[in-house]
Amino acid sequence: MERKVAIIDVAQTKYGVRPDVHLPELAFEPVEEILKKTGLKFTEDGTGIDATVICCDDYWDGRTISGVYGTDVAGGHLRHEERLEADGTLGVFYAMLEILAGHADVILVISYCKESHTEPRLVENMSVDPIFLRPIGLDFLSAAALQANAYMTKYGITAEQCAKVVIKNRGNAKLNPYAQSVAKLTIEDVLRSDMLAFPIRAMDSKPVSDGACAVILAVEDKAIKFTDKPVWIKGIADCYDLHYPGDRQLAECQSLVTASQKAYKMTGITKPVEEIDVVELCETYSYQELLWSEGLGLCAPGKGGKLIESGMTEIGGKIPVNPSGGMISGNPAIVGGMTRVVEGVLQLRGEAGAHQVDGARIALIQGSHGICGQHQCVIILANDQGGR
Amino acid sequence: MPNRVAIVGIGQTHHAGHRYDVSFEEMLNEAVRAALKDAQLSIKDICAIITSNMDPFEGRGCSDTIAVAEIGAYLKAGVKPQTGGTSGATIFSVAWTYVASGLFDTVLVVGGEKQEEVGGDSQMAIITAVDELILRPFYTGALGGLAMLASKYIAETGCPEEIAALARVIMAENAVGNPYAHIRRKITIEDVLKSPMLIYPVRLLHMSPQSNGATALVLASEEKAKKITDKPVWIKDVVTVHHSGFIRYLSGLSPDPSSHEVAAKRLFQRNGITKPMEEIDIFEMYDPCIWEQIIWMEDFLLLGRGQAPKLIEKGVTKRDGAFPISPSGGVVSANDIGATGLTRFAEAALQIRKDAGDHQVTKEVNLALVSGWGAANWTILGLLSKSIT
Repeated sequence: MERKVAIIDVAQTKYGVRPDVHLPELAFEPVEEILKKTGLKFTEDGTGIDATVICCDDYWDGRTISGVYGTDVAGGHLRHEERLEADGTLGVFYAMLEILAGHADVILVISYCKESHTEPRLVENMSVDPIFLRPIGLDFLSAAALQANAYMTKYGITAEQCAKVVIKNRGNAKLNPYAQSVAKLTIEDVLRSDMLAFPIRAMDSKPVSDGACAVILAVEDKAIKFTDKPVWIKGIADCYDLHYPGDRQLAECQSLVTASQKAYKMTGITKPVEEIDVVELCETYSYQELLWSEGLGLCAPGKGGKLIESGMTEIGGKIPVNPSGGMISGNPAIVGGMTRVVEGVLQLRGEAGAHQVDGARIALIQGSHGICGQHQCVIILANDQGGR
Repeated sequence: MPNRVAIVGIGQTHHAGHRYDVSFEEMLNEAVRAALKDAQLSIKDICAIITSNMDPFEGRGCSDTIAVAEIGAYLKAGVKPQTGGTSGATIFSVAWTYVASGLFDTVLVVGGEKQEEVGGDSQMAIITAVDELILRPFYTGALGGLAMLASKYIAETGCPEEIAALARVIMAENAVGNPYAHIRRKITIEDVLKSPMLIYPVRLLHMSPQSNGATALVLASEEKAKKITDKPVWIKDVVTVHHSGFIRYLSGLSPDPSSHEVAAKRLFQRNGITKPMEEIDIFEMYDPCIWEQIIWMEDFLLLGRGQAPKLIEKGVTKRDGAFPISPSGGVVSANDIGATGLTRFAEAALQIRKDAGDHQVTKEVNLALVSGWGAANWTILGLLSKSIT
């Protein structure tokens, strides 16, 4: 890469069900905050923000071309604005490519979703193949249940191990003022909660959530001018897996393995567990934290259960995973990956407060989109100590 | 110096009213195979795939993830941008960025639309594109907005209906020469003037049809492009500008210029173009309605306000004219929404390569202007060039 790209600031809403705001108002909250924090303006002369990238989804938003919700609130009017229908991590990826290509120097990326104003299972059902899969009622939950079964059966992962993920992440969420669900839980509470789709129970699943995030990326010389604490994008990669669950090896996550290996190679990481200080990943369901950890090479295939039992992934452990509380403590679809980026940046700037991982220098971020983590994106972030 | 990017492969399906013989994904696959064949590449040579269609128009969400196998994205990178009618042009611009970044040297871009397959309806969906509290109750889809724009233009310039009919006849003549166009029928001025009125002043024959079809392009870095083909078409520049309020603009409530005008200013300034009509050879325009072709020639700053009708009368915009517009037959001859914008770039590239067959323009094409349009008023304006500099 000829140009180096940094994240110069981040902002997020508090997550929760938000009947008090209309979607663009929700999207404006982090935009207003990030503009105030950075003092940057939308300009044409290269002194401020050059372009905008918006990540959102028409069906979730109940409006076609729903990026127009963000146009006015994110400086899109009569300016360069792109809109992606993808997880927020892909928005960060695309903004970085715009900067590397020299098409812009400073880019605002936002993502927003208000799950509470729609019927999530209908939205997800619209996002599977309409000929064979939609008529049988497949949604992301029932597809995830197939994957959980395949994974747990193949490797002997137990419901207790999955429940431990919930306990750890909900415990971490108590330390995060932006998290949605902070109720105190025991393993028994999780194991006795309502069965949604075997083996996924209500508490194995993330709650319905509303929220928005904003991130500003800048090219190196501008980044160091705008902030004392730039966070550098050292490695980034994404990868698609096949769509039909029957075509896939559901107990493995081939696309995540491919994406993470590419990102590690770009960064020069050979031993992820030794070299990475903190991990934020998108576990919509509890089993996914274990499976994604395997895909990211934090443990060998099938050893996700042992990983959670070892305590290595707790705050203070060797490789803390989701110190923010993760998706399971409440982040919306589409936004989830960008929340991970925001949290990774807070960790590397030492601004994560009560859930700070001491001395974090390199953060690993994962975002996913589509059924059973079909489209995976991996980002490796580093602060100045982690190496520009 | 940004990395140079070229179009090295062009493929499209026949744009038709219905494609009962294939599924949406199979239709995308047809275009992908055609583009790869044209570039003499295999899917193994492709690093990333950028795709789009319009979710609610089509009645399916996350179409990129559903069509992974058919577009060849399995274990590859990619993303799905989605900007309404602009989508096809947006994926081109996004793919250009992917290659220009230096991280991806060969990128496939594919767009398509097959609305009726699973019950999609673009006009019903477009009504949801406007604000649900104030505008939605009286919005009438793309047609309403386009008719308002045409009505405003007639009030301002007194442009007679015969001019629109003549422009439409020229498009029909072009489409007859284009084997991929959807509507390929010789029509007369009389036919256009007598076709049913949809919303004043827009008649049935003024409007673009609803089509099924797909288009795919392969873009490559300078180094790769020179190895792949001996007739690369270079992407000189692409500008994106979004106007947030189409209705606000139409009603005169906003003092701001149109997104087309802002985009044209930016593109011409960035590329040192002072006399666009002389320096540019052809314009493959996103003209969803024939009235807009007339109005937008002026919005894109090619001409002063009210001058386009004269130019059309003189035959300047014909295939053998001095400044051919949409020699493919334009969007009024085929409109498969996810592909439409991309097809404009494909057709302009064919003209530069002299591969347009029966609809090849008579003049030599070195520099082509290409536009995309959609959503609240999203403009993409690009320049394709035969020479690398």
